[in-house]
Amino acid sequence: MYFKVLLEMQEKDIYSELNSIRSLMERSTKFISLSGLSGIMAGIYAILGAALAYKIVYAEAMLKYQGSSLAIETLWQLIFIAAAVLIFSVVTGIWLTIRQARKKGEKFWNPVSRRLLVNMAIPLVTGGLFALALILQGSYELVIAACLIFYGLALISGSHYTLSDVKWLGVFEIIIGLLAALFPAYGLLFCILGFGLLHILYGSIMHFKYKQ
Amino acid sequence: MKISLEQFDKAFENRIRLQIMSVLVANERYDFNSLKELLNATDGNLASHLKALEKEEYIVVNKSFIGRKPNTQYSASDKGRTAFLNHLQALENLIKQQKY
Repeated sequence: MYFKVLLEMQEKDIYSELNSIRSLMERSTKFISLSGLSGIMAGIYAILGAALAYKIVYAEAMLKYQGSSLAIETLWQLIFIAAAVLIFSVVTGIWLTIRQARKKGEKFWNPVSRRLLVNMAIPLVTGGLFALALILQGSYELVIAACLIFYGLALISGSHYTLSDVKWLGVFEIIIGLLAALFPAYGLLFCILGFGLLHILYGSIMHFKYKQ
Repeated sequence: MKISLEQFDKAFENRIRLQIMSVLVANERYDFNSLKELLNATDGNLASHLKALEKEEYIVVNKSFIGRKPNTQYSASDKGRTAFLNHLQALENLIKQQKY
C-alpha cells in the first residue's frame, strides 16, 4: 500500500518534501527576523553620541591646553553618553526585531533567539567588564578598542544562530578595534567608523537584501 | 523501476513526523511547545506523532519540570538519525531514478 503511494509520488512532491525539510532545519537553528533598520538606527545613535563626546572632550582640551588626561567629570559624561547610546540601540533593536518577527510569523522568544542571545551575551558581558576594568586602571586609551573587539567577537559568536551576514559585521568590527588599539589617539574616529558607519552600512545592506 | 523501497521508512510516511525528525536532527534538543509553534501543529496531533516516533525508538524523551510547569524535551536517537538520513537518501535516489 505504502509502496504504491510512493510510486505515485511525483518529482514535484519529493522536491517540496525536501524543501520543507531544509526550511525547517534552517528555521529551527537560525533566528532570521533581524531588522536592518535597527542597525541603521544604532549607527545614527553612535554618531550622535560620538559628536557629543567630541564636543565635550575638545572643549575641555581647549580650556586647559592639555589633550591627554581627562577630568573625572568629563570621564563620567563620556561613560554616560556611551551608556545612553547602548541603551537606545538595544531598545530600538529589540523593538524592531519583535516587529519584524511578527511580520514574518516567527516567535521573538524561541529556542533559537535564546541561543543567539546567550552566545552573544558571553563575549559582550566579558568585554563590558573588561572595559570597566580598563577605566578603573586608568587605561582609557584602550577602552574603545576593547569595546569594538569584544563586540565583534560577540557578533561572530552569535552569527551561528542567525544570518551569516552578521559574521562579516563582526570581522570588520574586530579589524577596526585592532586598528583603534594601534592608534588610540584616533579612538573617537574609530568609534564613529565601527559603531556608526559600519552599522549604517550593514543595516542598509540587510534592509534591502531581506526586505522583500 | 528498481527503487530500493526498503529504505523508505514507514515511520516517516506522515509529513509531521518527517518534519519533527528534521528539527531534531538539526538541533541537539527541542521542547514540545517550541516544536508546536514551529510546525503549526495542535497539541494532540503533535503528541501522537511524537509518541509514534518514540515507539520506533527514533527519539528520546526527557521530561522535567521548570518550577511547576512540565517541560518535555525531545532529541533524536542514533537510530532515528540513521533512519532519517536513509530516508533522505531514498528520496534522492527516487529523484535520480525518475530522471532517466
